[in-house]
Amino acid sequence: MRFSDGRLEPIWEKVQAGTRLDRDDGITLLETEDLLGVGRMADHVKSRLEGDRVYFVINRHITPTNLCVLSCSFCGFARKRGEAGAYEHTIEDMVAMVKDDMREVHIVGGHHPDWPFEYYERMIAAIHAARPEVPIKGFTAAEIDYFWRRWKIEPREALSRLKAAGLRSMPGGGAEIFSSRLARLLKYTGKADPDRWCEIHGIAHELGLKTNATMLYGHVETLPERVDHMLRLRAQQDVSGGFVTFVPLAYQTATTKLVPRQTPPADSLRTIAAARLLLDNFAHIEAYWVTLGEETASIALNFGADDVNGTLEDERIQHLSGAQTPAGLAREQLCRMIRDAGKIPVERDALYNIVGGPEMAPHTPPAEP
Amino acid sequence: MTVLEHGSVPARLERIRDKVLGGTRLDREEGRWLLTEAPLLEVGALASDVRFARHPERVVTFVIDTNPNYTNVCITDCQFCAFYRKPGDKEAWTLTVDEVLAKVEFAASKGATTVLLQGGHNPALPLDYYLTLVRETRRRFPQVTPHFFTASEIRTMADVARIGFEDVLDRLWEAGQRTIPGGGAEVLSQRVRTRIEPKKGGPEAWLSVHRAAHAKGFRSTATMMYGHVEQVDDLLDHFDAIRSLQDQFHGFTAFVPWSFKPNHTLLEKWIKHYQGPNAYLRMLGVSRLYLDNFEHIQASWFSEGKQAGQVALHFGADDWGGTLFEENVHKAAAYVNTVTVDEIVTLIREAGFTPAQRTTEYDILQRY
Repeated sequence: MRFSDGRLEPIWEKVQAGTRLDRDDGITLLETEDLLGVGRMADHVKSRLEGDRVYFVINRHITPTNLCVLSCSFCGFARKRGEAGAYEHTIEDMVAMVKDDMREVHIVGGHHPDWPFEYYERMIAAIHAARPEVPIKGFTAAEIDYFWRRWKIEPREALSRLKAAGLRSMPGGGAEIFSSRLARLLKYTGKADPDRWCEIHGIAHELGLKTNATMLYGHVETLPERVDHMLRLRAQQDVSGGFVTFVPLAYQTATTKLVPRQTPPADSLRTIAAARLLLDNFAHIEAYWVTLGEETASIALNFGADDVNGTLEDERIQHLSGAQTPAGLAREQLCRMIRDAGKIPVERDALYNIVGGPEMAPHTPPAEP
Repeated sequence: MTVLEHGSVPARLERIRDKVLGGTRLDREEGRWLLTEAPLLEVGALASDVRFARHPERVVTFVIDTNPNYTNVCITDCQFCAFYRKPGDKEAWTLTVDEVLAKVEFAASKGATTVLLQGGHNPALPLDYYLTLVRETRRRFPQVTPHFFTASEIRTMADVARIGFEDVLDRLWEAGQRTIPGGGAEVLSQRVRTRIEPKKGGPEAWLSVHRAAHAKGFRSTATMMYGHVEQVDDLLDHFDAIRSLQDQFHGFTAFVPWSFKPNHTLLEKWIKHYQGPNAYLRMLGVSRLYLDNFEHIQASWFSEGKQAGQVALHFGADDWGGTLFEENVHKAAAYVNTVTVDEIVTLIREAGFTPAQRTTEYDILQRY
């Protein structure tokens, strides 16, 4: 492989040899002007793992409430009690939102000032009882931590009880950027800090719950902060091994103006590709079309991403922050987004069990050359 | 079998790389492989290398322009067109010379240096209408380049005036016109044009006008509208046709591809969706590699979206097209105009390049 930026050559040597990349490599990947050099390496790794497959899921998000005790600077979603637009769903409402053909229900909400933990337990049990075939993915580490802060329920107990109620996996939200500088600057110190976030995911992994990991980028963070974030996740994965997918989330600018414009597509493509190369122990890297837009998400499938998330019948958090993509992309549109990239759409469930697609047999990665 | 005949993907890429960087022209089979099988990012990376070999600076040009229309009346019934109305249709309209000039004046007052004026094929308009538009634009707005009338409009003028299209070109030249927009090429393949625009003639109908224009000293652009009924051979026909015409006079300033948008067209019945951003990036990359005698490859933010346009700058494109006031602004105030230029500058910078304003003929006016 030839590069217009010679700094990529030693990185390519490492990638080919299966040698782990270090912090400086990560910074180089995010800094270089050789966007396609980074993309080609990431595509090489992605293709070795997954061939031309790209995953999607028929899913929906349920956001039980937007009441939140926190005031994170990047969030356009949270409301205080009595504020216009504040809402709280009943369990019956939420059960009615889940349909049989869904293969993932994603439940993430505000840190409600006084819903008891048992309300969440009942919520999961009711949805699971109504639709036992639909895997439930729910509660960020920040929410699990909040159950401790608010109700003094230890994460291990909270996760065990939620799992017993029917929870199957955890989303990766609430990680934001692992940086105490940014936590202070963007007022998310009231949220699980990096150690706590990783601890909770580690506990989930011990309990047999698979989880995702996110990174909110494209605001006021530095490139080294992004690299440090990813390396922290990689170290946690070495220890607990339960992360399934890394989901980089491009910051949405519409209501909270931390920066004037959404980060450009080249930056998102580079970040996705760098994640694929740095996170050598993550199986999946997602191009989340809601925050990227359909075009960039489709292009990202040639830059190391192997998942586009899902049909998302409801995605209040990103949309209230101004994501401009059409809510609820139909299956056909998702498949087109994938095929346009020259890839093969494969329908999965929340746990990456293959539901449908032209090639449904599990894919075994070839041995290293 | 392909592997046996042509070697592995890296070997083929290396061979193509040696050719394009060594100044050897790609052949049709290489073009076919690049359009159909070559890994997308390898195409892009190589196209980017060729772009920087030709234009070493990380500069991306744009033009302040507007793209008004003087009539939607058209007798050509192209299957891909949602714009036209037949003569007599209650939604048909034609602007007077003064109305068109008012649009030119508006654009000029906002800093436009190019007015790309096109319209339907309206047999009711005399040659003098067109000549007056050119002459008056030159006289009243000397800072504006009248980039008027595509090849098929020029043919229509000739038919209506019962003279040859070469005579029309001479008259336009006398009136002050020096450049011609490249629209109406679609895909320069007999098969495709017969299917989607039977009344517009085969590839030669477009090529002959541009050939004659280049011989007389006009510059023009070459366009392509892909993503409908064409096969890969049709695209290669197109590339071959414009590359060999370019060898004759070097009259093309740039190549400008865009994807067909099916909404509200007759073709929508068969083609429901436009080809997405990856197909567009491949088309740009291949055109940079195959069209070795084209100086500029234009990324069209307007037809493909700003995101794909920004990424396209990494796939061999070196130009960002224009502001297209008319398309964007319509009745909006002066303020929108500066925002539009500012946004283009921002988009180019975000993509990692230095923006530079250019003229219709790609001379740089100022860097940002």
